Amino acid sequence: MSTTTSWMVLGATSVLCFSIKLLGYFIPEGWLAHPRLQRVNALVPISLLSALVVAEGLVIKTRIVIDHRLAGLAVALALLFAKAPFPVVVVSAAVTSALVYHLH
Amino acid sequence: MTTLPRDTFRDALSVALTVGAYGVAFGAAGIAAGFSVLQTCLFSLLTFTGASQFAAVGVMAAGGGAVSAVAAATMLGTRNALYGLQMAPLVRVKGVRRIVAAHLTIDESTGVALAQTPRGTRSMRYGFWLTGSGVFLFWNIFTLLGALGAKALGNPASWGLDAAVPAAFLGLLWPRLTSAYLRVVAATSMAFAMLMTPWLPAGVPIIASVLVAVVFGWRER
Repeated sequence: MSTTTSWMVLGATSVLCFSIKLLGYFIPEGWLAHPRLQRVNALVPISLLSALVVAEGLVIKTRIVIDHRLAGLAVALALLFAKAPFPVVVVSAAVTSALVYHLH
Repeated sequence: MTTLPRDTFRDALSVALTVGAYGVAFGAAGIAAGFSVLQTCLFSLLTFTGASQFAAVGVMAAGGGAVSAVAAATMLGTRNALYGLQMAPLVRVKGVRRIVAAHLTIDESTGVALAQTPRGTRSMRYGFWLTGSGVFLFWNIFTLLGALGAKALGNPASWGLDAAVPAAFLGLLWPRLTSAYLRVVAATSMAFAMLMTPWLPAGVPIIASVLVAVVFGWRER
């Protein structure tokens, strides 16, 4: 990633995300009241976060790759089931993955 | 003027600390994706909406293009407009304070504000400001710590940072899966992203997964 690209991503993401936040304070209430829009909007974070788990945990470029990351994800999943707090989940996933990476 | 609502204070502070500490993961993710410490910190100061920040750096880390990264982050940020819609009549501010209120409008500030509903409008408003500014403070401090830490550690895979990022997304997703229906939406989205991976440029399957949300949300259940 070039320096120009990284600054562009940072700048565009920040401007757009802030504009969206501001939008909520300026548009009339009725505009976003359409039930279909609300239903889809409620599901968008779930779809995107699910796809991001896959893209980060199972994909390299355009291939599905099973490696040390999956071991970390499996531990994260087990800990989430066990209602472990956020930081514990993330750190345990990292430690597991690092161990598998070095043993492999 | 009555005393400060103590329960609201406790709610806001515990959320701010817990979520803020999570900034460590973002700081590390930013560095692992190839952003500088300064850029990673600016994400937390200027974008300040966790899932979108993770998405932007995550797509870049996955080898995706800049457009995919910005699009994924922006789409994840759209819910903040709906939060603003709910918070605007509550905080009722103008000018610079409205700009600040908008910037602090995120999952946590909205969530704590709405959770105070039984305690009255004043508690709700107080919960919004305290949670928003508390998360902002801790999120930025911990982002810096995470970025500096990751910078010192070196190779991301060697320290498991490449697994910490998907685990972080899973951790962000988990509390949202409150019904069997939502779990089906999540599983379908994951399957869809996997199926699309060999056929689309890196990062695009993430954006394409929004189609799953559209299909599921199109009709009333």
